[in-house]
Amino acid sequence: MQKYSVFSLIKNAFSNHQNWEVAWKDPTPKSEYDVVIIGGGGHGLATAYYLAKEHNIRNVAIIEKGWIGGGNVGRNTTIIRSNFMYDANARFNEFGMDLWRNLSQELNFNVMFSPRGIINLAHSDAQMNAYARRGNSMRLNGIDAKLLNRDEVKKLIPMADFSDEVRFPIFGGLMQPSAGTARHDAVAWGYARQADDMGVDIIQHCEVTGFDVVNGKIKGIRTSRGDIKAKKVGICVAGSTNILAEKLNMTLPIETHVLQACVSEPVKPLLDGVVTFGAGHFYISQSDKGEMVMGGDLDGYNSYAQRGNLPTIQHVLTGGLALFPFLSRLKMLRTWGGIMDMSMDGSPIIDKTHIEGLYLNCGWCYGGFKSTPVSGWTFAHTIAQDQVHELNSELRLNRFSTGHLLDEKGLGTKTWIG
Amino acid sequence: MLYIKCPYCGLRAQKEFSYGGDATVKRPNINEEVSSEDWDNFVYMRKSPRGKHIELWQHIAGCRQWIKVQRDTATHEIFQTAKVTEEIR
Repeated sequence: MQKYSVFSLIKNAFSNHQNWEVAWKDPTPKSEYDVVIIGGGGHGLATAYYLAKEHNIRNVAIIEKGWIGGGNVGRNTTIIRSNFMYDANARFNEFGMDLWRNLSQELNFNVMFSPRGIINLAHSDAQMNAYARRGNSMRLNGIDAKLLNRDEVKKLIPMADFSDEVRFPIFGGLMQPSAGTARHDAVAWGYARQADDMGVDIIQHCEVTGFDVVNGKIKGIRTSRGDIKAKKVGICVAGSTNILAEKLNMTLPIETHVLQACVSEPVKPLLDGVVTFGAGHFYISQSDKGEMVMGGDLDGYNSYAQRGNLPTIQHVLTGGLALFPFLSRLKMLRTWGGIMDMSMDGSPIIDKTHIEGLYLNCGWCYGGFKSTPVSGWTFAHTIAQDQVHELNSELRLNRFSTGHLLDEKGLGTKTWIG
Repeated sequence: MLYIKCPYCGLRAQKEFSYGGDATVKRPNINEEVSSEDWDNFVYMRKSPRGKHIELWQHIAGCRQWIKVQRDTATHEIFQTAKVTEEIR
């Protein structure tokens, strides 16, 4: 594989950049693989990469219905963080942060990981107490957390509304300085290029239509491009999980919902980190191009549409305006939607299933992008070793029946409605 | 914007309603022994189909009645609405 560097950039400039190698091939599916990963998003590509790299399993195919990186890895707001209270979520995502820190070098692809910090704002004493508790939990797990008072927040985001008239005054906030953003497409492309180089077949425009299960054991999958035998199959399809589960006669603790995001026209740099509003569901950061990147609530009803409705955007931006009045003078460039696999406790599932050789990676809710590397890393381990790793030992499917929920926000089921 | 026909009030904008989830999920009978599996199915497990979906909505900024809506989850097209006591077929 051609290494990307400043020298290869200069060399290719002489031929007008016409002679770059393709970053990944377009193979026809073989009749049999050791492992088939369904879903060519960030998590699926990362899983294939770590299967090849960490476990030396290279006879692997990624089956993608559309094109790689066309789903949620290309639709998120690029936020990376590990500011979780529960040990299971905190350790899992902090391991992921370590993978992020080295990802550009490891993949020889600039994913533009930028640890610019995230501030969760508090608007009451009770919220400050809750953040102090969460911050302490984070620090016990070795994650950097800083409780900020009102003046400290004002220094960091002076453009927020600190006047006396506001309905939800800023009391302070909880900051994770090591959180940040990354270029989401580059994550998919970087993993795809390295996985392809190690022998993984990336098969695009190939829809899974069914599964071959014999005596409780997976034998292969049926696709729009023919049957493919496989010793092991991993499902990594986010919002489409329920569609595949139906083909397997499985019912999951997951509902599929649409989440919208939007960006404004680009403006000069004014916000260097990620900020979340604590009195409504609204978060904002500024991209390197200068656009304000914003998101918030789900539309709130089951949807596979990958597009939402205007009332939700209006509702989210009302919260945004309450926090940052300057937004009222910006034009919105575009809005879009992605479909979320909302688990019933708000935490993901990376586990084996009752079918031997079939593995499940789902339930990422709004937060799949930040966990892309660690999700792939632990899912690859779970598939290769046929057992969960310590890091995903609490992200099991059976936690709903045993009562070991990871309801990070303490809202119970249907966190998106509560 | 979705427009939902409330069986009591007529056609109203989505903003007047709040969503209540899958209307086909049945609560296990009261005062009877409930197995863990039945309880899990009721509380956590959802089919979440792509296509026609019968769901509950509440006309929260109107008559406050709960209603049933049959809607396509891929196109958002609404086919039928009914009172919560009525069946949608």
